[in-house]
Amino acid sequence: MTEPLLCELSEPGRRGLRFPAADVPTTALPSSFEREDLPLPELSEVDVVRHFTRLSQLNYCIDYGMYPLGSCTMKYNPKVNEETARLPGFVYTHPLQPIETVQGNLALMYELQEWLKEIGGFAAVSLQPAAGAHGELTGVLIIRAFHESRGETQRNKILIPDSAHGTNPASSAMSGMQVVEIASDQRGNIDLESLRAQCDETLAGLMLTNPNTLGLFEENVEEVTRLVHEAGGLVYGDGANMNALLGIVRPGDLGIDVLHYNLHKTFSTPHGGGGPGSGPVGVLAHLADFLPAPIVGILEEGDAENPPLYGFITPSKSIGRVKAFHGHFAMMVRAFTYMRMHGAEGLKNVSEMAVLNANYLMALMKKDYHLPYERTCMHEFVVEGRWEDAPQIHALDISKRMMDYNLHPPTNYFPLIVHEALMIEPTETESKQSLDAFAQTMRRIAEEARQQPELLKSAPRKTPIGRVDEVKAAKELVLCCGVVKD
Amino acid sequence: MFTPHTHSERMEMLRTIGVKSLEDLFQDIPAKHRFPKLNLPPGLTEMEVMAELENYSLANETTKHLICFLGAGAYYHYIPSVVDSILRRGEFYTAYTPYQPEVSQGTLQAIFDYQSLIVALTGMDVSNASHYDGATAVAEAVNMAYAVFRGKRTKVVLSPAVHPHYRETVRTYCHGTPLRIVGDDLTMSVLQSAPEALIPLIDEDTALVIVQYPDFFGRIYDYQSLAQAVHAKGGLLAVAVNPLALGILKPPGEFGADIVTGEGQPLGLPLSYGGPYLGIFATRNEYVRKMAGRLVGETVDDRGQRAFVLTLTAREQHIRREKATSNICTNQGLMALASTVYMSLLGKEGFKEVANLCYQKAHYTATRIQQIEGYHLWSEAPFFHEFVIECPRPVEEINQFLLDEGILGGYDLSHDYPELTHHMLIAVTEMISKEDIDLLVEVLEEASHD
Repeated sequence: MTEPLLCELSEPGRRGLRFPAADVPTTALPSSFEREDLPLPELSEVDVVRHFTRLSQLNYCIDYGMYPLGSCTMKYNPKVNEETARLPGFVYTHPLQPIETVQGNLALMYELQEWLKEIGGFAAVSLQPAAGAHGELTGVLIIRAFHESRGETQRNKILIPDSAHGTNPASSAMSGMQVVEIASDQRGNIDLESLRAQCDETLAGLMLTNPNTLGLFEENVEEVTRLVHEAGGLVYGDGANMNALLGIVRPGDLGIDVLHYNLHKTFSTPHGGGGPGSGPVGVLAHLADFLPAPIVGILEEGDAENPPLYGFITPSKSIGRVKAFHGHFAMMVRAFTYMRMHGAEGLKNVSEMAVLNANYLMALMKKDYHLPYERTCMHEFVVEGRWEDAPQIHALDISKRMMDYNLHPPTNYFPLIVHEALMIEPTETESKQSLDAFAQTMRRIAEEARQQPELLKSAPRKTPIGRVDEVKAAKELVLCCGVVKD
Repeated sequence: MFTPHTHSERMEMLRTIGVKSLEDLFQDIPAKHRFPKLNLPPGLTEMEVMAELENYSLANETTKHLICFLGAGAYYHYIPSVVDSILRRGEFYTAYTPYQPEVSQGTLQAIFDYQSLIVALTGMDVSNASHYDGATAVAEAVNMAYAVFRGKRTKVVLSPAVHPHYRETVRTYCHGTPLRIVGDDLTMSVLQSAPEALIPLIDEDTALVIVQYPDFFGRIYDYQSLAQAVHAKGGLLAVAVNPLALGILKPPGEFGADIVTGEGQPLGLPLSYGGPYLGIFATRNEYVRKMAGRLVGETVDDRGQRAFVLTLTAREQHIRREKATSNICTNQGLMALASTVYMSLLGKEGFKEVANLCYQKAHYTATRIQQIEGYHLWSEAPFFHEFVIECPRPVEEINQFLLDEGILGGYDLSHDYPELTHHMLIAVTEMISKEDIDLLVEVLEEASHD
């Protein structure tokens, strides 16, 4: 089934919303500025509601079922978050209001900064970055500014493990850094010899994802941070996998100098079909002065009767702004709500259950799927989506077949160092029954791969559309609909 | 609450894994740092957290109760009920990035609709699926221009009449590149004059010229001669827009813009203390492969049906890694959806209506304020829904006066432009009534001689 485009639904003269007539005397817009034609569609309210409702029904979503996307932490998004973020006292505040009129917002942001500091073991936090990659860019710019402030402008090399997410090298390159890839060893850790060989006076830093994208905790993490620090470099932590570490270990305690959080992964703010995210950055004390401005601070201490006066502070050596205003405030409200409901014990339980679920599912699946690294995993694990006795089957075919069983596929073909990778992160919000059913389906698909491979090759069949022609999409490039009919 | 296992299920799962306790799963963590005691307030029930968050929210004063004349890049507009009712559908907001097209056609087609509407509105050829906000969209325009000239042009001419936050963001982003930013330190006389004042700065090393439309001061200029000047030197012109203004104003595509960026917040997004908003980014066909961000294209599936898919992904960081134009990954998917619902609901006529209401109310306000002794309109240039008033005393004092009367006054320009000591930027949208304006005028008059 397909749904028409907005431009195809348009009927000239139809209206969806009217505004009141002007209650002031009118002035003519100078004709040289006047727009001749505004080619927007014309629809009724019913047309619009049905169009988007029908479209919504073509989507898979967490509210429907398990979403085992490795490194994306697709956990359930509590409904109460949506209510608190929509409280009129938050929604109807302008980002440039005098601080005296938005003390509620500022107090909330201040608390959130404090909690993120506590959870990560950091001295200071900025809430400004809009997403994980934006936090990475912020972090690398902080590293750059730190070295520059010490006159060490030759430090322009960033080391990135070969298992890293693609945003790591891209963020480094955007900050004018040279990227050098570091190999992984047989156990999925950073290869210490390769690391040592790169530790010289041009080293700016290392970007470390821990647990890494294989779902494995870096066993030599303290040795890794020690080597980098001894060479004068800093360690950046990619917080994409923080869901394994809440109350388990604090990255700051391990020698991570700067780290971004993903509020949309770890702290349950919804992914929204690809955003908005929120990527606060935490730093150890020696980097606190470099955080992007502004951050929320206490301008006047309170006392027994009066709350403190919160306001904005610009760190002394700030790298500057990374976006307009103060960050994704409505996402902060959601994350705050989630953290406030959990408390320290609840957050630790989140990570424990996330790790329990991943190890349990790994145990169920390892009879049917090859594990490239046989270790206790953290919140996710990687299996190979291939078998010697089913040579024509690829990870892609398995993923597509999963859709016929109403499952969303895991992240596939990543990390790049595993052949035909299927990267599975069940998250803590899945029940045992949900994991059992998942493993059972995966076993069935493994059997089909040998006995009826065409079922995998031609999958999916039960979805609204089948496999798409990606080459045609890239070659013919149709990126918007034609002209709206007049 | 959100972790379902019972005690006996946990035990059974641990047995299946082959360990005795949960602690056994964390042996890879260095022992001396394992299980730190976190100093956080104890957890609350939903009922309690709702009450606590309400308390935080009640400590704010809001545009619902104050009469809002504050704009400066974020505007208080009416949001039709349909927008949030669509946004609250779990199928949209709890979905992931549409990497699997077979189970993501809803998100993909909505983005395709969004791209189509942005193209129609801006008069450009292609739009991406969004950037974080208006500021980062401008920074990405600089990135793109740098890539278009393969790093051989190193100068960016940035108008001082571009939003101060956008300018600062551009500077932050450029810190690690050889790019030089010029123009935004130009003075008062330049601020007050037409954009042609930037022309002498444009040379063969200029990759990009950046202006805003309407500019930060609300003024509208025809950038045609500026476009011709930058094109004559082989560079590109980026225009940062308020998309709502394009309901009545000539689109930048018609006067020669190569890149159009914008802050999409006025298109159905709440103020929400500054975010999440929506970064609009559109350009000409010839630069589509240099444009950053996700892009949805039309194709067919293996059953012969029309289908939508993320395309040209080879430009992006997950494939190109350090060679990608940008590191952007997550964008503003849900905000792009909100703007798509807003634009489709208002449609051709409603969109013109709201833009026109803003224009009319702002002009009435400006006319009235000019009549008060001691207040002057700073610029003679035409404007859309925002304008600068020179006041008889510091803006901070006047705003305190206004606040006492329930009015959220305009933006104090002295923060960003030291020369504009007594200058207030006033925004007027369709939410403001004639009575509100008359009250503003009355209080401004009192404030001038108190």
